[in-house]
Amino acid sequence: MSVGVFRAMGLILRRELRLSFRRPDQLLQPLVFFLIVTTLFPLALSPLLSLLRDMAPGVLWVAALLSSLLSVENLFKSDADDGTLEQLALSAQPLGAIVIAKTLAHWLVSGAALVAMSPLVATALAIPTRAFGTMLASLALGTLTLSWLGAIGAGLTVGLRRGNVLLSLIVLPLAMPLLIFGASATDRAIGGESPAGALYFLAALCVFTSSLGPLAASAALRITLE
Amino acid sequence: MPWFFVVAAGMIGYGLVDGLVFAPPDYQQGDAFRIIYVHAPSAWLSLFSYSTMAFAGAVALIWRIKVGYAVAAAAAPIGASFTLAALVTGSLWGRPMWGTYWAWDPRLTSELILLFLYFGVISLRQAFEDPARGDRASALLGIVGFVNVPIVHFSVYWWNSLHQGGTVMRLGKPEMPGSMLWPLLAMLCGFMFFFGAVLCMRVRGEILLRERQATWVREAVQA
Amino acid sequence: MIRAGFWAMGGYARFVWPSIGFALSVLVWNVWSALRHQARTLVRVRRALQMARSEES
Repeated sequence: MSVGVFRAMGLILRRELRLSFRRPDQLLQPLVFFLIVTTLFPLALSPLLSLLRDMAPGVLWVAALLSSLLSVENLFKSDADDGTLEQLALSAQPLGAIVIAKTLAHWLVSGAALVAMSPLVATALAIPTRAFGTMLASLALGTLTLSWLGAIGAGLTVGLRRGNVLLSLIVLPLAMPLLIFGASATDRAIGGESPAGALYFLAALCVFTSSLGPLAASAALRITLE
Repeated sequence: MPWFFVVAAGMIGYGLVDGLVFAPPDYQQGDAFRIIYVHAPSAWLSLFSYSTMAFAGAVALIWRIKVGYAVAAAAAPIGASFTLAALVTGSLWGRPMWGTYWAWDPRLTSELILLFLYFGVISLRQAFEDPARGDRASALLGIVGFVNVPIVHFSVYWWNSLHQGGTVMRLGKPEMPGSMLWPLLAMLCGFMFFFGAVLCMRVRGEILLRERQATWVREAVQA
Repeated sequence: MIRAGFWAMGGYARFVWPSIGFALSVLVWNVWSALRHQARTLVRVRRALQMARSEES
């Protein structure tokens, strides 16, 4: 019985989503983490709204980066532990398609959920409403890029016992350009300037990682699994 | 190979003496510009050894040439040390010129990212118990991280940067008079020869380690 | 011998000499660590060979 690539991808995507909705704690942890990290900054620095508004883009992005990193660790881990991943890799479907489906599922439950929650955090950080559109767009593009980068890192470290520290060591440097442009887009929107340049750059990064990310991540998996 | 060291020592020695003693002070930066004689070659090597590492890793991954892994493994620590040298000498240069040891400028930040990438590649290799797997994983990471190399190189042109533009590689009319330029070129070549020499030394060790089952290694080691 | 005020570097000695020193120490470190790497590798390979031989006999 042969199944088309897209159908297989859809099936994996559904399976991933179902699995994560069966474990609501794992689903919620990155989001709660995101909330807590953004709460830490006003407490640690200053609750002054004018100051918060200046820091808000950076705070949002750092929190998004860390929370994405936290959840991406499990992208391949549990499937690799119980042997599912090996079976998937041995199946007739290309490994790249499997990686795409899994990463998209990861983005839907962590990235998109985070984007949906960001207006709440943004209000708390005194980001003006007129910057919301830019913030949402930049976070949506950015979290997808982060998922791809995270998939590469998770693929490289999946078999390792102390992989989590290494995962951050690998992913964070690669994510730095993203942080710079994401924060500057939001910052410009808050200041009332046009964020187009930074947004285009984010979109370019997103397209770039979406096209090469699956290749790199499946190559990484092939190295660590075999 | 000792040959390479002799050439490197000669060129670096000449470059240092000529650059520090005989080259005239810069009309804007005074004698502080002399830091360029160690800063520019270090920065150049930091990029060159990353490229060497990524290229060797790619060759090894694609064509399954094992020497590539040895070269990639050997180039990583050398490159990391020169990245650190470029950052330290750069910040010592930045203090009198920009008034600060560190600025979050694109060139500086991307060079710092380069250092972190080196750390990632080195520790990823060591994290695997199976060295062959570590070789392949770190080669892949090196290739992925290669996107940063053009960013470091062109950051001065793409963004308004505190960091001054390139002075040597501008074809046609270099911005420097010969008395300043010659020692710099000598330093660049000397550092390259030095890199070649140290790389060869390390590659020898890495190959020996990887081929320890081979008969020629047994013979070579016992002799 | 050298021109006057050479060591003062026009007031920038504080920055010029440490950076030259650091760069040179990186060069020295590279040679040292390459030598150490070679020595260690030789020890490791010899030990592996000895173990292989003692298993054979």
